[in-house]
Amino acid sequence: MDLELTDDQGLFRETTAKFIEATCPIDTVREWSESEPHGFNRKWWSQGAELGWTSLLVSEEHGGGSVSGHGLLDLILVAEEQGRRVTPGPLLPVNVVAAALSEFGTSEQADRHLPGLLSGESIATWCIEAGRGSILPGGPRLQATKDGAGYRISGVTAPIEAADVADLFLAVADVDGVPIHVLVDAATPGVVVSEMESIDFVRRHGAVHFNDVSIGAGSLLGGVADASEQIDRLLDLAVVIQCASMSGAIDQVLGFTLEYAFDRYSFGRPLASYQALKHRFADHKIFAEASLATTVAAANAVDARAGDASELASTAKAYIAQSVTSELHDFVQLTGGIGTTWDHDLHLFIRRAVQERALLGSPADHRERIALILGLGAA
Amino acid sequence: MSTESTTDAAEDVESFRLRARAWLAENMPRIEGKSNADIAREDENGVYARKLQKILFDGGFAGLCFPVEYGGQGLSLAHQRAFTEESGPYQMPTVLNIPSLSILGATLLDFGTEAQKKRHLPKLISGEEIWVQFLSEPSGGSDLAGLVTKATRDGDIFHLNGSKIWSSGAFRADYALVLARTNPEVPKHSGITVFILKIHQPGVEIQQIKMATGANEFCQEFFDDVPIPIEDVLGKIDDGWTVASRLLFHERDAMGGGSPYLSGQGQRGHGTSNRSDLIELAESNGTLGDPAIRQLIAEAKINETVGEQLTARTATAIKQGLVPGTAGSIPRLYSAMTSERRQEINLEILGTAAPVWEPGAPSRQKSLDYLMRQGGSLGGGSNEMQRNIISERVLLMPREYAADKDKPFNEVLHNQTPTRPR
Ligand SMILES: Cc1cc2nc3c(=O)[nH]c(=O)nc-3n(C[C@H](O)[C@H](O)[C@H](O)COP(=O)(O)OP(=O)(O)OC[C@H]3O[C@@H](n4cnc5c(N)ncnc54)[C@H](O)[C@@H]3O)c2cc1C
Repeated sequence: MDLELTDDQGLFRETTAKFIEATCPIDTVREWSESEPHGFNRKWWSQGAELGWTSLLVSEEHGGGSVSGHGLLDLILVAEEQGRRVTPGPLLPVNVVAAALSEFGTSEQADRHLPGLLSGESIATWCIEAGRGSILPGGPRLQATKDGAGYRISGVTAPIEAADVADLFLAVADVDGVPIHVLVDAATPGVVVSEMESIDFVRRHGAVHFNDVSIGAGSLLGGVADASEQIDRLLDLAVVIQCASMSGAIDQVLGFTLEYAFDRYSFGRPLASYQALKHRFADHKIFAEASLATTVAAANAVDARAGDASELASTAKAYIAQSVTSELHDFVQLTGGIGTTWDHDLHLFIRRAVQERALLGSPADHRERIALILGLGAA
Repeated sequence: MSTESTTDAAEDVESFRLRARAWLAENMPRIEGKSNADIAREDENGVYARKLQKILFDGGFAGLCFPVEYGGQGLSLAHQRAFTEESGPYQMPTVLNIPSLSILGATLLDFGTEAQKKRHLPKLISGEEIWVQFLSEPSGGSDLAGLVTKATRDGDIFHLNGSKIWSSGAFRADYALVLARTNPEVPKHSGITVFILKIHQPGVEIQQIKMATGANEFCQEFFDDVPIPIEDVLGKIDDGWTVASRLLFHERDAMGGGSPYLSGQGQRGHGTSNRSDLIELAESNGTLGDPAIRQLIAEAKINETVGEQLTARTATAIKQGLVPGTAGSIPRLYSAMTSERRQEINLEILGTAAPVWEPGAPSRQKSLDYLMRQGGSLGGGSNEMQRNIISERVLLMPREYAADKDKPFNEVLHNQTPTRPR
């Protein structure tokens, strides 16, 4: 969490935490993983939307609004609280597409799609994944060809979060090596979503197949023919949301494992009294604090559209994601056998972290992105 | 305990920055390819560092965060950061940052009497005096309060006997803060006093120690009945642990990069260096196009950036009272661990130039630096000590069993100080 929150932000964070505690504690997450076909409850998602979960990156003129005037700094509070509780729901994809519509969309596009996203009634997702290195320039993409004033698109984009419930896709496709951004209704002929199995308990992913899909010129996001800058901006936003979620998770797991170490005795003394374990907790504390620090720094830069926004976003992602999963496994080790069981919550956090680590650019991809920013030659 | 005071009509940071930029261009020599560490290495006796510091002092750009009444400029940390950023292309006496200004100057400011501060701080800030710390002893460094060097009181004079070791750069320094046992009949923390010691005087013998790299930076000192007048006691007699704890706080703050008294780039102890040196290294051995090497360069950059962010976050948390001051061990340990990693990255990028090089090759120093990989993880309190502090003081985990707890020091088992070699 940012240590310098405004009073309003503090209140917003608290309300968010309380709402999640009350409506979707981890036991409910477990329940929904079986009972809810998409891993979350739609009515609950709309309630979250009412709290502001979908409107923070949307300008007031489009019906959105932030708490502090810095929407991304508000949104990472939600993402962090969700990360602490492995909360379900399409927070990242909806916010990324909402930001895209608000920042880049034509007024027609914004008016058409934003109201549903803001109320929680409709769901949208960003389709950039199409194989290793998708986030990098020249990475694998859907292929588009000019067709009169519009385009025809083919290929598969996967894995895509919330593909199974999305009403709208914002898809990246290449036209002769130049990326475009297109808004595609899920009901468009030729668009087929196939289910995938996800390691995450409640966040479902799917593959979106574009079978020679015909798209009108009006679907081009903002009417822009080269979406490179849009992609960078959305990637920065998305990655900051992931980082907030991962750092919330780490801080939470550190907290409850530490408590456990105080409570559990071995050889007549609490685990917390053994130096070998204390030293590992000290290292975990460093990782937790560094993760929070780099997330907040990245969020500030991306929010301000600073010149180093992409570098700092990728720094945070590469730093946190490189170690988050092994850190979590060390908490399993510190917890002992019970930490390896279905009933213990640790695996829910690990499942989430494995997903966040790999998607929207692996740590190696983000290091490559930084190398490119530093001017170190092409990928 | 205020370590920062600000002048009434403090100049805003941006106009200060512009003024500093113009002044630097006018007055400071350019760095011309060498790093400040290279320059310091060639200036073994610190003569050149003193000269640079004097130029800064005369220009009103030394001791920016020290109070005006003691020779500083009374400016804020933001001003200091701006100055450091602007100083990048210029030669800076960064060797004076640690320990002279940011550890010893800072501690003197906290505990000195008015007379002590007036006498020494302006000279410290102008580079006329260089200070070092005499803490560690041959009998042990981690258990600092278990020190055995003693100072015996005789009226208004104390007599110092014993030995200190690992004091970096003592041979080129003028004064040291020395910790000595003044009462062995009470538990260890209660019988220590801190003294301001003039280094070059009869009874003080300094031996340089040859390090693994071949450099002679470290010293061992032997004290043979060295007289110290009572006015040179810093803080209260037998209450030196209070002073030492604060000194160690300043040390963590400096080593973690958070201290307001650090000026100039590349000053944070070991391993950190300016951004482009890895890129230059890879360029010089033709590996810049190698994707594996690019990954390592990016990783080094990431570790450095996150370190700055962590330092800033911890400073804010301490200022807001969310964590105790000992949380300074968090960035301190982070920087030691990433410095170890950085040394491994250097080795990887050096490739075959790590073990073998053409005579005089510029990469030579990087190879030799690798031999001191653990320096940053021992100096200023070992990583294990930092982990003890973080777990016990920040996470409030149970303290380690201490065999010496509450025992008079003269009943505690400890190593002995070696006698002076003949
Ligand atoms: C680059 C550098 C600069 C230095 N500069 C100075 C200086 O200017 N002035 C000065 O006074 N000293 C200086 N030192 C000395 C430094 O402070 C000591 O080396 C350090 O405190 C460790 O003390 P020691 O060497 O006696 O090792 P020991 O204290 O004997 O420790 C040996 C090992 O045991 C571990 N250990 C010890 N006690 C515990 C414990 N309770 N729990 C777990 N592990 C433990 C230590 O972490 C270490 O790994 C410097 C050292 C270096 C490397």
